[in-house]
Amino acid sequence: MRDVAVIGVGMQKWGELWEKSLRDIFTESALLAIDDAGVDHIDAMYVGCMTSGLFVGQEHLGSVMADYLGVAPIPSVRVESACASGGVAFRQAFIDVASGVHDIVLAGGVEKMNDIDGGGATHALSTAADAEYEVYHGVTFPGLYAMMAVDHMHKYGTTRDQLSHVAVKNHRNGSRNPLAQYPYELTLEQVAGSLLVADPITILDCSPITDGAAAAILCPLDMAKRLSKRPPVKVLASAHATDTIALHSRPDISWLSAVEKAGEKAYKAAGLGPKDISFVEVHDCFTIAEICAIEALGFFERGKGGRGAESGETAVGGRIPVNPSGGLKSKGHPVGATGVAQVLEVVKQLRGECGGRQVKGATIGMTQNMGGVAGSCAVHILGSV
Amino acid sequence: MSTSARYWREIPQRYRLEAAKCRKCGKVHFPPRVICNTCRGREFEKVVLPDAGRLLTHTVIRIGPSAFSNETPYAMGIAELDGGVRLTAQIADVEFDELTVGMPVRIEFRKLREEGEAGILCYGYKFVPAR
Repeated sequence: MRDVAVIGVGMQKWGELWEKSLRDIFTESALLAIDDAGVDHIDAMYVGCMTSGLFVGQEHLGSVMADYLGVAPIPSVRVESACASGGVAFRQAFIDVASGVHDIVLAGGVEKMNDIDGGGATHALSTAADAEYEVYHGVTFPGLYAMMAVDHMHKYGTTRDQLSHVAVKNHRNGSRNPLAQYPYELTLEQVAGSLLVADPITILDCSPITDGAAAAILCPLDMAKRLSKRPPVKVLASAHATDTIALHSRPDISWLSAVEKAGEKAYKAAGLGPKDISFVEVHDCFTIAEICAIEALGFFERGKGGRGAESGETAVGGRIPVNPSGGLKSKGHPVGATGVAQVLEVVKQLRGECGGRQVKGATIGMTQNMGGVAGSCAVHILGSV
Repeated sequence: MSTSARYWREIPQRYRLEAAKCRKCGKVHFPPRVICNTCRGREFEKVVLPDAGRLLTHTVIRIGPSAFSNETPYAMGIAELDGGVRLTAQIADVEFDELTVGMPVRIEFRKLREEGEAGILCYGYKFVPAR
């Protein structure tokens, strides 16, 4: 296995990108990453995307994106793992470079979610749950995470206010991220008082519907300095785990076992523990998801994740900053792109390029990207060289 | 949208709560599986789930999928049935503010939805409060 570095990243502002197509937004971010790295070619490409077939009627993205990026005939393949598609695409690129199969590999992610109406988007996203035994009965993703929230509140006393604190903290961070879809601050009252979607989850507990893409360029660490003028960031660990597709099949409804397992594997591979991590980008598709994720990754004891944002421990400047980018909540959640955008934030933080949301002295960053209710999860640890 | 073949295939579980008990370790799987995820046994006997249990968690879906637009808002939950099998279903005949963790429920056979232009009526299980 070769050591692997990220030498370039690219992303444009996320949002409702009516004037641009799926292939446009992917290609623009991919070009930004290629230009950032300063490389003159790529050897292979992975495209993370959850369900372009349902969102825009286009499958076969390996070919579409290689064609429009002008890099055909290189090998290019779409990677699907629901909302973890981006993180898993990055991992496939990492494995490609680490194994020696290819030297310069692009890992990208994309989703175009606004070209269909809300009902269509809800349906497309619901395909990440158990179609026969959850969705058939009328469950939605906010509904599944709401049932996790009710369980967490019942067992540990987690409060409505603690959910709101997660949204408020992430929007504060996102207000300092010019690429975020919703770069503005919220109050606790706004979050708790907004439209109820699935009790107790309100619309402001949910990540938004987003069009967006992100890309990263990976190469062997020992080639990084020759290939690129950018400061290389080393991939210290890449881990991936799975769990039951149905939430009801789990022994503990609000414990994200796949996140725990992927986290354990990543810590072991890097020879690090939670105390060594400078900051983490977690998959806050809903506010309760961030609370459960920071417990499963070992930053908080089981049941105590609700105190994270409330106490300020997870703020930029706190003990363990969580989602300095604004997270999925404020930055947006184009599902297939999210995992790659998390890596992009870590790379930019480690290069010291994050302005008002910069985590001072950051040397090691972690990403956690999950599909469905964490039926799959990718965790990466990256460090300054 | 399901085809009629798919609807027909799922009837043993939806209508009759047929599950599969692993002959090796005794774990009951609903729905049935080809291989036991606990002991990797591959032989099962057919069993029928009990119809009584308790709610482990719940929610009220207020923004629902278009297939359920006539029913929204509706209560949903995960219940553990006597014997340990857990499943997700709607909770019928309940006031939303009655919903509590631990609430006793039983399973009833109800209409779930209509599918497609022809409006196939889909039936299955729902929870109701066990009063």
